[in-house]
Amino acid sequence: MNEFKVLTRDSGNAVVMELHGFLDAHTAPELEKTFSELIGKGKFNIVVNFSELNYISSAGLGVFMAYIDEIRTNHGDIKLANMQQKVYNVFDLLGFPFLYEIYKDQDEALRKFSNH
Amino acid sequence: MKRLDKIEESKIYKSTTTVLSDVRSFVNEHAYNFGFGDKEISEIILAVDEACTNVIKHAYKGNLEAEFEVRVIASGIEFAVTVRDWGESFKPEEVPVPNIKEKMKVHKAGGLGIFLMRKLMDTVEYQEKGAANEVRLVRYLKNEPKA
Repeated sequence: MNEFKVLTRDSGNAVVMELHGFLDAHTAPELEKTFSELIGKGKFNIVVNFSELNYISSAGLGVFMAYIDEIRTNHGDIKLANMQQKVYNVFDLLGFPFLYEIYKDQDEALRKFSNH
Repeated sequence: MKRLDKIEESKIYKSTTTVLSDVRSFVNEHAYNFGFGDKEISEIILAVDEACTNVIKHAYKGNLEAEFEVRVIASGIEFAVTVRDWGESFKPEEVPVPNIKEKMKVHKAGGLGIFLMRKLMDTVEYQEKGAANEVRLVRYLKNEPKA
């Protein structure tokens, strides 16, 4: 079975969320749980590092859509970084680059939070 | 490896999201054997994953005992994957093209799967055959097949 793992760590005033493996309808609830825990702790500045994510389906994309509104209402953001091309292509097909900030590099995304 | 110019294979899966990775491996193997490149293979895999996810979530609504079938029939330049279920039928015309901004507000991702399938495949057809529902996803081999 294709595995999925989420690791989180604090970095300045933000949290880096590292995704590993395969994000589909089976594994999306794990990502939902992580977002909901971060929001519960009042952590709204989130950088998602996709470098180790090999696959995403719409169930995974849906998780980012489910939490962005609440996070932005609380003056935070979900910034996306280090996507492999095949993962970026799926985000692109659905028009995400118009609605989310997507960075080549995680540190660039983190700097955007530290400027605020 | 020599490419296969004719493939007819099918598999039955239980209606649970744990099978999605097996479905992806099944489609990956046959799309590769038929001569698709990496980018096309990952697009076909995603479209089939979306079709199966819809069956598991919507046609069978979490009934873990239910089963669905994934069949690959490929010949010439046509690579067709049919996903068949015996659950609640589905009216694709009732699914609007998703507006991502609106969806963010209502916290729902429904409809994205069908949208992706249509973007990724050359044709997507829904059909009811007696008690069965079928979605047939077709992708054509456009480049010279690998030797």
